[in-house]
Amino acid sequence: MSEPQEIVLLGKNELVGVVAQLYAEGYRLVQIGCNTLRAAYELNYSFDKDYLFKNLRITVTPGEEVPSISAIYQNSFLYENEIHDLFGIAVTNISVDYHGTLYRTSIKTPFSVDNVRLPEPPKQKAEAPAQKEDRPRQQEAETEGPEGQKE
Amino acid sequence: MAWFKRSPWILHYNATSCNGCDTEVIVSLTPLYDLERFGIINTGNPKHADILAVTGSVNEKSVQVLKNLYDQMPNPKVIVAVGLCAISGCVFQDCYNVMGGVDKVLPVDVYVPGCAARPEAIIDGVIMACEILEKKYREQKKRRG
Amino acid sequence: MARKTIIPFGPQHPVLPEPIHFDLVMEDETVVDAVPSISYVHRGLERLIEKRDFVDFVHVADRICGLCSFMHSMGYCQAVEEIMGIEVPERALYLRTIWAELSRVHSHIFWLGVAADAFGFESLFMQSMRLREAVLDVFEATTGARVILGVCKVGGVRRDIDTDTLHGIVDRLPTLKANLEEISAVFINDYSIQHRLIGVGYISKEDAYTLGCVGPMARASGLAMDMRFLGYAAYKYLDVEPIVESTGDCYARCLVRIREIFHSIDLIHQAAEKIPEGPFDLKVKGAPNGEFFSRIEQPRGEVIHYVKGNGSRFLQRFRVRVPTFSNIPAMIKALKGSGIADVPNIILTLDPCISCTER
Repeated sequence: MSEPQEIVLLGKNELVGVVAQLYAEGYRLVQIGCNTLRAAYELNYSFDKDYLFKNLRITVTPGEEVPSISAIYQNSFLYENEIHDLFGIAVTNISVDYHGTLYRTSIKTPFSVDNVRLPEPPKQKAEAPAQKEDRPRQQEAETEGPEGQKE
Repeated sequence: MAWFKRSPWILHYNATSCNGCDTEVIVSLTPLYDLERFGIINTGNPKHADILAVTGSVNEKSVQVLKNLYDQMPNPKVIVAVGLCAISGCVFQDCYNVMGGVDKVLPVDVYVPGCAARPEAIIDGVIMACEILEKKYREQKKRRG
Repeated sequence: MARKTIIPFGPQHPVLPEPIHFDLVMEDETVVDAVPSISYVHRGLERLIEKRDFVDFVHVADRICGLCSFMHSMGYCQAVEEIMGIEVPERALYLRTIWAELSRVHSHIFWLGVAADAFGFESLFMQSMRLREAVLDVFEATTGARVILGVCKVGGVRRDIDTDTLHGIVDRLPTLKANLEEISAVFINDYSIQHRLIGVGYISKEDAYTLGCVGPMARASGLAMDMRFLGYAAYKYLDVEPIVESTGDCYARCLVRIREIFHSIDLIHQAAEKIPEGPFDLKVKGAPNGEFFSRIEQPRGEVIHYVKGNGSRFLQRFRVRVPTFSNIPAMIKALKGSGIADVPNIILTLDPCISCTER
């Protein structure tokens, strides 16, 4: 089933230029998503044309501002407001800006780097016995094994 | 069924439900399961309603709406919590935005379990709510003398 | 000089099955702008991946939305299987397709009923619900549940449908089709419905494309966009055609959905004929390490499930982008310039599924 999914890594400053080019080529905006990493955020801008999927990815640190693409793709304002409300990323010049009132959650920016607990990846093959020990621990909510702190 | 003198009207409100229980509440009022044969109608106006059927768990934004609806309903009134989400939160209990079941906000009289609650269970719950409503009517009449 | 007033629409409204709020900016009786306000149904379930491992999370994915329930779990399972490189057995693919098309049928019939109720056509609403019970009976016979099926899992499906039951389902389809033809004839040909829907809520083809319309909203404006052409599940073995209308108004959206029901019944016939024998699930070892965007055609349009894992049993990220979220900007465009009496109709023909939108 797998369709080829292209992921292009970009710098923040190249974003608007590449997006404008995609608009000129006839791509439609599919979604804008965000992943929380350990100390940064990864923004995915997904586009599609005739079932060909293309994804632009930029990485920003907390506190960095991201330019809005709502001047090019009008429908991006909802996604960008959502990213601002849930992740705390400042997106500048959104065409319709809700100023933080789109999602009213009981904790502010629930997906920011401070709030999200990322899972520990399993240990490397060299420490195979430790891996077997870790697996039952991973069944509980706490995912950090005893060696987890070394990172 | 001597206790079933009145035909109460239901006001159905969807708090943070996934729509499963809502569809089943709507289905309970339609031909196959037909609550309407008892004269029970789904109304949109809180001032016409006797029974408030709430589906879904409660988050901060729905607290105000629920209280608003509850205050607008005339006494006596009965609250039915339909589905596991309204009882305790179901799988979403640990979510950051979910406070829990409806009883965190309003006094619930009847709990209907299920995910999604089956129409037969919902009908059972509504009939039980009618009984409780009758009891409340009698108490209210006694109090007013 | 026309006065501007703001009228709140929702969150509790007889025509809306779910809470969503619009602030309609009106000049006299015409809507000039609409500002949506969501987050009534926001549960924050995307962070539940921290507490439930990727195998258990299918149950949460099922409950994102009750109407599109099966397709959410299917999209999630597909994303995880793609990352882990699992080849799902053919029989499981066909079974998933059959359940998915039944989901589409019941969702569209439900929409038809609610739309009829909104127009004040209550008897049509009752008849549609009665018809829909036939599909829910099939769900109950094959999976044990009516709404939240809980039958899809990573590596295949949990239960099989044996040949006799499958023939039983196929035998019931002609009756369902005949009843649907009667109901849809009433819906399509009724003068009062035509009067309320034709020319209302127009979205042009260019607007639909640039504003990111998906699903029946896009296909009603002339865009032949259907994710089933990607060939996921068993669709690569079936003849799928996109149902397209060109007028772009509310009536066209109704027509698209009605015709899609008949096309889905046809696809179920095809799948039931071609389904091979064999196992219906695989044992899954290990954990997902990688990322993938799974794209599926739900009853309301294209849904994206993004899964990212780093090798541990708990996922790193799960994101759902649902079709209603993508259709909201187009709907705001359609609301501008309409009369206030048309607002419920336009919102209904969008077929909003707010619990999906807000997760």
